[in-house]
Amino acid sequence: MNAADAAQYELGRPRSARSIALSDTCFYLALTIIGATYVLLVIAMLVADAAYMIRQSIRAADQAADPTWAMLTANPIVVALADPKIQYSIWLSMISCTLSAILSVAVAVPLGYLMSRHRFFGRRLLDAILDIPIVLPPLVVGLSLLILFQFPPFNWFARSIVYQVPAVILAQFAVAGAFAVRTMKATFDHIDPRCEQVALSLGCSRAQAFGWVVLPEAGRGMMTAFTLAWARSLGEFGPLLIFAGATRMKTEVLSTTVFLEMNVGNLEAAVAVSLIMVAAAVVVLVVARLFGSRDMGL
Amino acid sequence: MIAVEGLCIRAGSFRLEDISFQIPTGGYGVLMGKTGSGKTTILESIIGLRHVVAGRILLCGRDVTRLKPAVRGIGYVPQDGAMFSKMTVAEQMGLALTIRRVPDAAVKLRVRELAELLGITHLLERRPQGLSGGERQRVALGRALSFRPGVLCLDEPLSALDEETRAQMCSLLDDIRQRTGVTTLHITHNTHEADTLADCMIRLKDGQVHRQLLPRAADDTGQPIPAASQAS
Repeated sequence: MNAADAAQYELGRPRSARSIALSDTCFYLALTIIGATYVLLVIAMLVADAAYMIRQSIRAADQAADPTWAMLTANPIVVALADPKIQYSIWLSMISCTLSAILSVAVAVPLGYLMSRHRFFGRRLLDAILDIPIVLPPLVVGLSLLILFQFPPFNWFARSIVYQVPAVILAQFAVAGAFAVRTMKATFDHIDPRCEQVALSLGCSRAQAFGWVVLPEAGRGMMTAFTLAWARSLGEFGPLLIFAGATRMKTEVLSTTVFLEMNVGNLEAAVAVSLIMVAAAVVVLVVARLFGSRDMGL
Repeated sequence: MIAVEGLCIRAGSFRLEDISFQIPTGGYGVLMGKTGSGKTTILESIIGLRHVVAGRILLCGRDVTRLKPAVRGIGYVPQDGAMFSKMTVAEQMGLALTIRRVPDAAVKLRVRELAELLGITHLLERRPQGLSGGERQRVALGRALSFRPGVLCLDEPLSALDEETRAQMCSLLDDIRQRTGVTTLHITHNTHEADTLADCMIRLKDGQVHRQLLPRAADDTGQPIPAASQAS
């Protein structure tokens, strides 16, 4: 078929090259502008925090006899870090987030594996149940935990858990666990089941195939689940307020500190602690990006 | 010997009914059929990865229909090799023996022996990342043969390879069959592969099995051996 014949078969006229090029440019321009508004909002929030902090530091420096020294020692972050109450809150945050992240990964590995590999009765129901902590309003999670500890056998331990440090960990774990399960399910979905089947044919029991072949492959996913659960736990506030209370030097974590400082009108300390949390979250995100695979939609 | 008798398999809406065929001991059976005809399903049932509704599977005279894959003693080579990405080549080739609590020295010896047979000695300390398609299949073959299985199941092992590598692998498979005497079931689309390797051709068409013994399986008298007389 020559060119003339081909022209005969083509129905309608294509748009001109210029019009297509213009349309493509407009398309990408629209995508960029709409997307950029959100990205700018996120960046602007953080920049505003930092700018506020710098302004307060300069003000403190102006009033001091030695401005340079005051910039370093009297800026709100240093003041906040020197406060024993905030030191306790940082310490409790690190410990409780780490413990709740470990607990989250511990339940996420078996649940994620079962849901990824097996089609069993009630699987969809289980899937829906695991979404509850994600979609439930955080305050409701806290309230439900509080109510739960009024019933046996939980009420036997209520005295040593409710409004105590274990409540902090339990409240964080209740929400972070669901995120870890989602991550681990995605991890196991990405691991070729053929590897496991080959291991079975080589003489492995299910547990051996899991331990020798599947778990080592899931290492990166476990790290991602851990960091994600850790970050969720750090940001947890609603359930903590209801289930663990906001007692200084007892059940106070960083998010509670922000709330308490705001309540007493100490905006500087609230912003300073917020920036400490931003720094912790950034570290976690970097770790997650370094260890986690990008193809898990996280 | 691999014997499948009146096998009935269901997988969702897909079903295979009354599948029967035999591959004599030491024979090389090639299973051919269109995509979606159920070749892999049959292979998975033989390995024990798929539930069988009815019928029997006999390996070397033993009924394995209800046995777990681990105790069937089948070497399995899937299509893409299914490498264990966190293990070195040597570790994965020795895994079956480690699981069977074979002493480390004996595992090393066996892995080296197989690596020499397969021409992959230089790869033993490497991880699977970066191995070529042909190398991966050699490793997968070594892993499957490590525990001296009586039966070898290959699921389109050469389909992703280029012509030259495929020809090399064909002669390697032929060599392995002659040296080890392992009974093999090999799934392929490629008629050249089938012609080169098969002494027992099994065609799956419209849910029916057609078995044909090829001259390679002929005994001294030049007559094809009836499968029944080879049952061991």
